[in-house]
Amino acid sequence: MNFYLPLEEWTNTFVNDWLLPTVGGFFGRLSDGIETVVEGLTDFLIWLPPLLITVILIALTLWLAGKGIAVFTLIGCIYLGSVELWPEAMMTVAIIIVATLLSVVFGVPLGILASKSEVINRIIRPVLDFMQTLPSFVYLIPAILLFGLGGVPAVISTFIFATPPSVRMTNLGIRQVPTDITEASKAFGSTSWQMLLKVELPMSLQTIMAGVNQTIMLALSMAVIASMIGAPGLGSTVLSGISNVNVGLGLTGGLGIVVLAIIIDRITQGIGDKL
Amino acid sequence: MSKIDVHKLTKIFGPSPKKGLELLNQSKSKDEILTETGMTVGVNQASFSVEEGEIFVIMGLSGSGKSTLIRLLNRLIDPTFGQVWIDDEDITQATNEQLIETRRKKLGMVFQRFGLFPFRTVLANVAYGLEIQGMDKSEREEKALQAIEDVGLKGYEKSYPDQLSGGMQQRVGLARALANETDILLMDEAFSALDPLIRQEMQDELLQLQSKWNKTVVFITHDLDEALKLGDRIAIMKDGTIVQIGTAEQILESPANDYVSRFVEDVDRSKVLTASHIMKHPTVLASEKDGPRVAVRKMEDEGVSSIFVVDRERHLQGLLTIDDAIDAYKKGVEMKTVLVSNFHTTTPDTPIQDLIASAVDTKYPITVLNEGKLEGIVSRVSILSGLVLGKEEETTA
Repeated sequence: MNFYLPLEEWTNTFVNDWLLPTVGGFFGRLSDGIETVVEGLTDFLIWLPPLLITVILIALTLWLAGKGIAVFTLIGCIYLGSVELWPEAMMTVAIIIVATLLSVVFGVPLGILASKSEVINRIIRPVLDFMQTLPSFVYLIPAILLFGLGGVPAVISTFIFATPPSVRMTNLGIRQVPTDITEASKAFGSTSWQMLLKVELPMSLQTIMAGVNQTIMLALSMAVIASMIGAPGLGSTVLSGISNVNVGLGLTGGLGIVVLAIIIDRITQGIGDKL
Repeated sequence: MSKIDVHKLTKIFGPSPKKGLELLNQSKSKDEILTETGMTVGVNQASFSVEEGEIFVIMGLSGSGKSTLIRLLNRLIDPTFGQVWIDDEDITQATNEQLIETRRKKLGMVFQRFGLFPFRTVLANVAYGLEIQGMDKSEREEKALQAIEDVGLKGYEKSYPDQLSGGMQQRVGLARALANETDILLMDEAFSALDPLIRQEMQDELLQLQSKWNKTVVFITHDLDEALKLGDRIAIMKDGTIVQIGTAEQILESPANDYVSRFVEDVDRSKVLTASHIMKHPTVLASEKDGPRVAVRKMEDEGVSSIFVVDRERHLQGLLTIDDAIDAYKKGVEMKTVLVSNFHTTTPDTPIQDLIASAVDTKYPITVLNEGKLEGIVSRVSILSGLVLGKEEETTA
């Protein structure tokens, strides 16, 4: 006896006959919105003089992460300029910034909800596992169908892949606030909002920042995959290196991603430690 | 009407507290309910009332439900059954808004682990309760400063909790509760995390502050000595049930059951009882009128081998042994010349503990002197019986 589950047909029918006609318009507008933001930000970053960005980054790393990283930042920026990948780097940064903002805007409140409600926590956990472990190529396809090619589906798929740490770490951070402190807050007559804003969020800020840091790192690691659906930036440099068997091009683009990753990681970690 | 009135307050932890409640009403024990249903009875039908200005101590070992009980009073834990009346308001029936209002205006709380906000300065910690009520900054900081001064932390307003010692942190905790100007203070093992010296200091200060503030205090502790020192009345808890409520004397003298008496046995009587508790008023000789003959007669009557001699104002002159008295009688010398003074003296408020050493190396009783006057004597026997039995009724005032 042979049992066949027609998941493939179902999915296709669902996507083609219902999802696209019904919500396509909505996604179209969403797509336009995200596109405007991503392109605006990209243009702005490319328009800014590289020297200015370099100086700002060095100042930030000096303040937040120490001299060693500041020197590394200088070398890294010189590297990006001298291999002529500066505009690509800025495109990648723009996509990461937008995706990370989306992740934080959705992830942190979701994490707060999950920390407050066992029901929500139980629902969210498998969803997060799903988002993190499902091979990203699987949702690249519907992302293309819904959002077309380019930066927008890249932002969306990066958002899906990179949000879980923000949710998880926010949830963890709030759950880890010692009971005597939440009890004290309650005993003096705090409302739930006051307790959240004045006690729980300040107490868990470091953990939340660690989650945001992880979100950014995951977003960077999506750069190459996202370039397969037409996202511009360092990822597409690496991709064309791969497809042309051009080892040198692949390495220059790959090193660019590493440089960005280290600088952004140290800066966001530094922010977390300062809190 | 009492300040706090607690009636049949019950908390059952578990999936179906209602069923546990039924079992309790069938007077099943905590253990029976645990084995039958897997549910834990935290507090079992506790009833008591606390008068205004009273320090009411709830004492029990860990797991006795005392921390649960105090949290039921301000509903940090919601009760399964029972009422808590605070100033004529049953807070178990209060809406969320009413509850928040009651906590803000009427119930201050101090925690065992302090519960301070580490990212706030001392000042901001103390002002927290007022801040969430929406009081403006200058006003709340003024009140907070006053509270900080009251607990003796002036000058530390700008410090952060982790820069302070444990004792100082708990002062911040106390100041935070005082700043709200609530009538009631709930203190959950407030001094248990402090080392013994600081702890005594804090107890003394609490008593001193209490004489100034006259708050209604509910104080949780696992330490009977602390309970005896602080409590106007003490409730002793076991397995979620209050087994006895009474003043320190009532609990020491007539423990309600074996559990309480075992507790009371542990009290270090040698620290609590003083010489005045166990001394006896001796038969004495008046040096002016009595001669050796009378001395020998009195010693015969009392069945003792020595007697103390005092003057008209009861100032102690010395000790007369029966041998010396007979000698003096035979030789016809004055009694004064044969008095000995190789006995120990002490004061009425010396703890028995300090008398033990003296009692060991002397064959005569220890005399208790108050400004030179003989108040009483303490024999070795009465020290031992004081330690073992604490029979205060044997002492005479």
